[in-house]
Amino acid sequence: MQVPAPFEYERATSVDHAVALLEKLGPEARILAGGHSLLPMMKLRLATPEHLVDINDLTELDYIREEGGEVRIGALTRHRDVLESEVLARHFPIFAEAERVIADPVVRNRGTVGGSLCQADPAEDLSAVFSVLKAQLVIRGSAGERTVAMDDFQAGPYETAVGDAEMLVEIRVPVRAGGGSAYEKVERRAGDWAIVAAGAALWIDGGTIADAGIGLAAVGPTTVHVTRGEEALRGQAPSEEAFAGAGDIAAEDCSPAADTRGPVDYKRHLARELTIRALRRAAAGALQQEA
Amino acid sequence: MQVTMTVNGEEVTREIEPRLLLVHFLRDTLGLTGTHWGCDTSNCGACVVLMDDEPVKSCTVLAAMAGGHAIRTIESMERDGQLDPVQQGFMEEHGLQCGFCTPGMIMTGRALLDRNADPSEAEIREAISGQICRCTGYTNIVKAIQWAAAHEAADATAGAGEEVTA
Repeated sequence: MQVPAPFEYERATSVDHAVALLEKLGPEARILAGGHSLLPMMKLRLATPEHLVDINDLTELDYIREEGGEVRIGALTRHRDVLESEVLARHFPIFAEAERVIADPVVRNRGTVGGSLCQADPAEDLSAVFSVLKAQLVIRGSAGERTVAMDDFQAGPYETAVGDAEMLVEIRVPVRAGGGSAYEKVERRAGDWAIVAAGAALWIDGGTIADAGIGLAAVGPTTVHVTRGEEALRGQAPSEEAFAGAGDIAAEDCSPAADTRGPVDYKRHLARELTIRALRRAAAGALQQEA
Repeated sequence: MQVTMTVNGEEVTREIEPRLLLVHFLRDTLGLTGTHWGCDTSNCGACVVLMDDEPVKSCTVLAAMAGGHAIRTIESMERDGQLDPVQQGFMEEHGLQCGFCTPGMIMTGRALLDRNADPSEAEIREAISGQICRCTGYTNIVKAIQWAAAHEAADATAGAGEEVTA
């Protein structure tokens, strides 16, 4: 039987209450949201927090809404609601494509966006999606809120910019015209972590790529944001040649490790191929938006 | 700590350790052993119960987290000697062999039909994709849920007291 080490359990009644509890309880306290990353780690005693602050009652953090030229996603939004969101489907098809291959429907009923981001598993899919879309993350502490770019959010594998007495409360995704996006993942079996996954977005203006986003999961110690590939695409017409060039850069700029899911050269091959496929479909979506 | 939740329509209050998992609360504290305890890693789905009508893997939910919520287990499915149509479907279509995955499969099937009375085969397969049948009897599990969907649809349109046949 896998049993977590003993801990004290507290239930937060508001974000302020949660932050106050974290401050009072100190660095050995952890936030408990869906629990589908933290509880398995606690069962394996890879995590042994002394206090859990359960935030599942904070419905104030469970929302997806369009506001001020952004889509804002509350940190306690469940994966299932991301998958089924009409607002996200309209602006960013990449979310539903990624969600469909995150774990399984029963796990998606519980797991949360904030929990996935804060777990910061290098193979986690939404972190790649938010890199692609250049999201801003809102972190709250007792001193107030601060905003961190997705690129600055992960401090390393399983480490984030969120401090001991802080919590992630919202993710903001800018909405821009003429955009298309897509997600490609290769996994060993339904619901598994990626062998490699690639997300891409393109914003096309007058037949030219105005901006691009490329993010990779499971090919480095953190989510890989392929900024050099994005730079190469800007100003070009969307073409197979341009996508192949960006795919080459994606394969070069990631740093996969050999493991039971495959050797390094296979993962680099996937990084290239999945980047190209995602860009191809992102372009089709963007051109449709432009038409 | 003390936890109070509704289990199969009845309010229960118990003194528990915070680290107690919902699956063990149901099986060991309440004696509801119909919910099975399988992989312990949220992969197999043997432990699926409904929490506020949504399927959850009870090996990955603390009993404390279920406080204030409504839990439904396989023990609630038969009512007044009448099997739930999903249970009946598993009998009619041979939806079980060893039976270990069955309670979880039935709860997920029930939740699916409550949201979508007429699911496609693909939607059924997607709904149970987080649950493993080690007898590999998926085809008949899908047929069992389809049986229930068809019979619930027929029941809904049939007049009171009329016999419905497959």
